[in-house]
Amino acid sequence: MLQVSLYRYNPETDQEPWTQEVEFDSGGKDLMVLDVMEQIKAQDPTLAFRRSCREGVCGSDGVNINGKNGLACITALSETVRDNKLVIRPLPGLPVVRDLVVDMSMFYDQYEKVEPYLQNSSAPPAIERLQSPEERAKLDGLYECILCACCSTSCPSFWWNPDRFIGPAGLLQSYRFLADSRDTATEQRLSKLDDPYSVFRCHGIQNCVGVCPKGLNPTKAIGHIRNLLLERAI
Amino acid sequence: MVTAITTMGRSGLSDWLMQRVSAVILLAYFLFIAWVVGNGVDYDSWKMLFSQTWMRIFSLGALLSLAVHAWIGMWVVLSDYVTARLLGAAGNVLRFVLQVGCAITLFTYVVWGIQILWGY
Amino acid sequence: MGSIRTISFDGVIVGGGGAGMRAALQLAQSGFKTAVITKVFPTRSHTVSAQGGITCAIASDDPNDDWRWHMYDTVKGSDYIGDQDAIEYMCSVGPEAVYELEHMGMPFSRTEEGRIYQRPFGGQSKNFGEGGQAARTCAAADRTGHALLHTLYQGNMKNNTVFFNEWYATDIVKNADGAVVGVIAICMETGETVYVKSRATVFATGGAGRIYASTTNAHINTGDGVGMSLRAGFPVQDIEMWQFHPTGIHGAGVLVTEGCRGEGGYLINKDGERFMERYAPNAKDLAGRDVVARSMVKEILEGRGCGPDGDHVLLKLDHLGEDVLLSRLPGICELSETFAHVDPTKEPVPVVPTCHYMMGGIPTNVNGQALTLDAQGNDQIIPGFYAVGEVACVSVHGANRLGGNSLLDLVVFGRASGLFIENALRDGIVMRDASDSDIEQGMSRLDKLNNSTGGENVAGLKKELQNIMQNHFGVFRNAEFMQQGIEKLAELRSRIDNAELSDKSQAYNTARIEALELHNLFEVAEATAITAEERKESRGAHARDDYQERDDENWLCHSLYSPGDKQVAKRAVNFEPKTVDTFAPKARVY
Repeated sequence: MLQVSLYRYNPETDQEPWTQEVEFDSGGKDLMVLDVMEQIKAQDPTLAFRRSCREGVCGSDGVNINGKNGLACITALSETVRDNKLVIRPLPGLPVVRDLVVDMSMFYDQYEKVEPYLQNSSAPPAIERLQSPEERAKLDGLYECILCACCSTSCPSFWWNPDRFIGPAGLLQSYRFLADSRDTATEQRLSKLDDPYSVFRCHGIQNCVGVCPKGLNPTKAIGHIRNLLLERAI
Repeated sequence: MVTAITTMGRSGLSDWLMQRVSAVILLAYFLFIAWVVGNGVDYDSWKMLFSQTWMRIFSLGALLSLAVHAWIGMWVVLSDYVTARLLGAAGNVLRFVLQVGCAITLFTYVVWGIQILWGY
Repeated sequence: MGSIRTISFDGVIVGGGGAGMRAALQLAQSGFKTAVITKVFPTRSHTVSAQGGITCAIASDDPNDDWRWHMYDTVKGSDYIGDQDAIEYMCSVGPEAVYELEHMGMPFSRTEEGRIYQRPFGGQSKNFGEGGQAARTCAAADRTGHALLHTLYQGNMKNNTVFFNEWYATDIVKNADGAVVGVIAICMETGETVYVKSRATVFATGGAGRIYASTTNAHINTGDGVGMSLRAGFPVQDIEMWQFHPTGIHGAGVLVTEGCRGEGGYLINKDGERFMERYAPNAKDLAGRDVVARSMVKEILEGRGCGPDGDHVLLKLDHLGEDVLLSRLPGICELSETFAHVDPTKEPVPVVPTCHYMMGGIPTNVNGQALTLDAQGNDQIIPGFYAVGEVACVSVHGANRLGGNSLLDLVVFGRASGLFIENALRDGIVMRDASDSDIEQGMSRLDKLNNSTGGENVAGLKKELQNIMQNHFGVFRNAEFMQQGIEKLAELRSRIDNAELSDKSQAYNTARIEALELHNLFEVAEATAITAEERKESRGAHARDDYQERDDENWLCHSLYSPGDKQVAKRAVNFEPKTVDTFAPKARVY
């Protein structure tokens, strides 16, 4: 029997968060953590969590699983469970709305701050803007972000200053547009990043890299941004 | 762009650069001192060393680097942990007090260091 | 229930997927007060799961490519019940809509010339079926839906669209004139219920694949738009037409793109035979999805399936080489590892036909205006009501959708409805009022649920529903089995109507949402079942053992299911494209 510990908190009925202990029979199958959550919810519908695609592309079900942030739908029991224990908690550092659901507005605000959309001052051509495969390859490892917030909520700098430090997810997207050969707003983008918080709160501890379910590397992208800021200053 | 800041530097980049440059100077200084001490040192040779202008300048550089490095570093630490976000409105007051404390301490060290280096 | 808060907009879009956000973008750019109500944060909508690409004749792979060829393929793919005026519009306007996405920043893969990369997909041909396989599907690796959805969200952000994220629309508010005047919606975080009033209400709520036990669809694909529309008394069209995608990962249901076969992968049975050569000698593995899915099921039924239970076939990809797989199909490699524990660069992937797409939906014209039939059987526009994307049935997909056409459908008709509504608003559609009783009517289901006691558990009922649909309305259908299914559904209805919501709290109550979703799933399932039994022929995705032939004499038409009397009427298919000659029905071979 798997011992599942779930973080529970309903602001209407609970004074403070509590832990629900559930004995779970996986029937010997190597289920995904989301399957376990779904089956527990079938018995106890009051358990609240987000989920959608169940295949790791929508980014809904980021939770803290046995101490590590990840997507419940693509984390197999075999890779996380040790000593028959499965502890599921909400993503750290963001306010809890209920149970495993966190308020992600601060995360989204930081994403919006980097103006994550293509800016090009020239009128578009009648067909697509041309881009070589090499230029396009620069976007690989950047555009795939699913905004699950696993990275930013594993980052102490984001925990302490979620309103000022853009965080790994936002910065990854910032660099996605800085790196795009079709974007012409490089100078404006960089000028908005050159304060002591937005980028420079990253101390390179790479928690973000360790938890990204898509295998992306925000620290590297942040390094590139810093180099661009440096080149711009010299 | 975050504008509500209390750092001494003009930008995040300059803070970051000063942190790195001061760290390199400090590292060089301490390696040098370790080398001197490692080769055996007595009062006379120590005094001899510090009577030379280049060593005084080098030491002053290290001292200023220490001040800069500590100031930026402490500011980062304080603005992580001693904030209104974590401690309520008192956080801002407390951080200000601690920063003033840091400033006085570092200023004292620098003045004292100069006295030591050129005072004997 | 006392009076509830009212929020007013010029245009309200229900659903924040590709179609909804494309429509919203158009309206936001026009300056009209627009809001998107979406039950998940927009980038978590199911469009994000689309992999292979967006089919469109942009003439990158073949400079001589022609949208008319694409139109021919789509008409043929639909088994001739796609409306040719709508298909003509989609295929001809498509390039413009795709270029717009690129200009917005969508990170398409590229050719050496710097143009958008296009890959071959099923059912594609050059020169009206005479010129061999075409490569017409524009791709961003195998993450095209993700790239598209994020780009559209970013575009909306740039244009300051108002999003009601994690708000759930429960029912349509219809006034005494039969016009749609908004929706009732719940804020999931606080539980507040409001009446969202609007001059134009656009449904972009996506599909309902979750009526089946095995589906490639996200948990959120619960047919909310179809459910709401049926409850408001409006008909649905061609709802019996469900696409089973040939390559869902066996056991998990997760999709692997048709692009795998486009890039040169193929299906094999337990003898290692490339069996599609027998069923579709020309197109082979790139025949229409319905054809491939049926061939796979036949292989399995005839004992040539793989695995200990012989219940799936294999998708062979390793011969493509690691470079191609990792550059063009990186997401597939990840999914195969995660869900099938298979490394596609070394071993084949176990796959099985899996419910994927709802071809039917709310009938609309090319402007997205929802339609019903009047007493004389003529099309009648429902005032104030629009539908786009998977929930709509324009119909460009007819009885079988071609791969890559859904993303095109989203952007083309999302855009078209936005343009139309923008003009209509400018011409001054009035804000119609709803009476208190109209609003109460819209609230009635929610009120009943909020006061429910003693009924059955939602999760158990949902499972039962899904199993009925899976067992009785799958790839192959017959009268006896379907009638049994219809009886089982009839018995299930009252149990679902009386399902209990034990958790009555307001704060992020997902149990409430799932109970409401179950009602919608049931509406879609029942409409599917009754209509499927009624259509006595085999066409496209609707394959019957007891009526194996296509019957153009009686069924070259749309089915139109009316919720009131649960009767199925027929509606004429459009055979009058504006700029090309009609494509007359002929035998559909690949």
